[in-house]
Amino acid sequence: MALPFPLSDLLVILPELILSELALGILLWAAVVKRERERALAWASLASLAIAAALLPVAASFAGELPRSAFGGMIALDGFSLFFKALTLLAAAVTILFSLRFVGTSPYPGGEYYALLLLTTVGMMFMASGTHLVSIYVALELMALSQYVLAGYFKQETKSVEAAAKYFVLGAFSSGVLLYGLSLVYGATGTLSLGGVSAALEAAPRSTLLMVGVVLVACGMLFKVASAPFHVWAPDVYEGAPTPVSAFFAVGPKLAAYAIFARIFFDGFGPRSDDWAPVLAASAALTMVVGNVGALMQTNVKRLLGYSSIGHAGYALLGLLAYRAGGAAGQPEAFGLWAILFYLTAYLLMTFGAFGLVVLLEAKGYATESVDDFNGLWKRNPLAAGAMVVFLLSLAGIPPTAGFVGKYLLFSAALKAGWPALVVLGVLMSAVSLFYYFRIVRAMYLVDGEGEVRWREEPAVAVAVGLCFAGTLAFGVLPQPLIALAKSCLLP
Amino acid sequence: MITLAHFVGLSFVVFTIGVVGVLVRRNLLTVLMSIELILNAVNINLVAFSRQLGDLTGQVFSVFVIIVAAGEAAIGLAIVLSLYRLKSSVNLEDAAEMRG
Repeated sequence: MALPFPLSDLLVILPELILSELALGILLWAAVVKRERERALAWASLASLAIAAALLPVAASFAGELPRSAFGGMIALDGFSLFFKALTLLAAAVTILFSLRFVGTSPYPGGEYYALLLLTTVGMMFMASGTHLVSIYVALELMALSQYVLAGYFKQETKSVEAAAKYFVLGAFSSGVLLYGLSLVYGATGTLSLGGVSAALEAAPRSTLLMVGVVLVACGMLFKVASAPFHVWAPDVYEGAPTPVSAFFAVGPKLAAYAIFARIFFDGFGPRSDDWAPVLAASAALTMVVGNVGALMQTNVKRLLGYSSIGHAGYALLGLLAYRAGGAAGQPEAFGLWAILFYLTAYLLMTFGAFGLVVLLEAKGYATESVDDFNGLWKRNPLAAGAMVVFLLSLAGIPPTAGFVGKYLLFSAALKAGWPALVVLGVLMSAVSLFYYFRIVRAMYLVDGEGEVRWREEPAVAVAVGLCFAGTLAFGVLPQPLIALAKSCLLP
Repeated sequence: MITLAHFVGLSFVVFTIGVVGVLVRRNLLTVLMSIELILNAVNINLVAFSRQLGDLTGQVFSVFVIIVAAGEAAIGLAIVLSLYRLKSSVNLEDAAEMRG
């Protein structure tokens, strides 16, 4: 029987194929490995991610000229998807380094954990390259289903299971809303491929069916990136989930969700941007306010970082709004999109860095949760305190950090695109964010610690935090290489 | 004569029941069933549009939706079960250790 696609299409998804195989292999190995040897599983998972990363350029060179479409237009390999795939692999690798802290101290076996983490990464990689609504949906669910389990991985702890229950209910609900929107778009345009949808929208008259469909898809997507008014799940899930998983949730799924957000709304719904731009603008404004004002009242560090990540989702939405002003897709003037790519890279580095220090702090045998646990850190570990200050400065958007450059690029893109009011609001909210970030700085430098909290010595986590630290400062001082890379990785 | 409008209307009603169910009911099992209703509404839409347009993509998509829904139900029930083991309840209100 003849295959419905040329065999060379398999080379396009080579990294994903190999990573899935390795994830299943690790799952099998976990069934027989002894608990004392679990560290080996973590190193094997890291090696799998490294192999997948090494295969990215191989797949790109086999694919020939980019963008390369495969499987009848289901999947595309282009600079945009390669950029996001590399970022998600990096996010998964940092998460595994963080998780090493729990090896040997956690009562839960680690095998399924690593396998699920790798499978959710495969889902995110497919999301980055999906160009058909069916492949995008299936990839999204592969990512989400693994994540519901990861959130509840500490299944004897009420908070973790509660986080899983909330994440599952709201995640499945938002997928349902998104799908209903997709079904209406299918009815109105008669196709599910993004190119086809775009072409049909150029020609089709305005219809209620289509409007409702596009708005429901937008609502589903806003849920996935945790934007107001669909953000309520985020702080609870980040608080309840195991800390390395919270760090991963704050970064990985959001990157992938922004990738499909950009693809669906520019490649697919681009011709109707007048319909959805006001919805996104309203949500961006609300998200910046809710995230930053909500964080003011938090005493739990994970919740605080959760609200701060909501605020950052609002800034990134500005970039999505600004994209359409930049001229045709793929042109260097697509300022908003490469600003987003830069910003998301900076966001990955600084958020993982801050979460990494939370992972390292240990109170009463468990990872710390309270801002008070940072009291007097400066005296006990000046290096860690200094690194935390840099991450917080970067999150607040103060030079010379990557967070500053990212925010500057996003805001200037939004200005060019004609959203001055949103930029003013964004700058105001950045000022508000200084208050809560500096609560942690104050605790570290100005308050005396009680000595109950101690450091867990874990070189792997320290290495990951060190990498984030170096990246945050390097891209803050020398942003040009990353900007050049982002410019070459726009949507085709 | 049953037309496309009837199917889309039915699907809208099922979707609304599902959405209201998720938002109003606090029993996790009822919420799970409401989510299934939303997915079924999607399937009605997809199959009806597919028939109307004479295009098979919609029917293929609905098979994918059914498969994913099965996986989703399995994971949802597993989460409900581990919540029940800890709390002896499947009520979302009893799972409110965290604010919000």
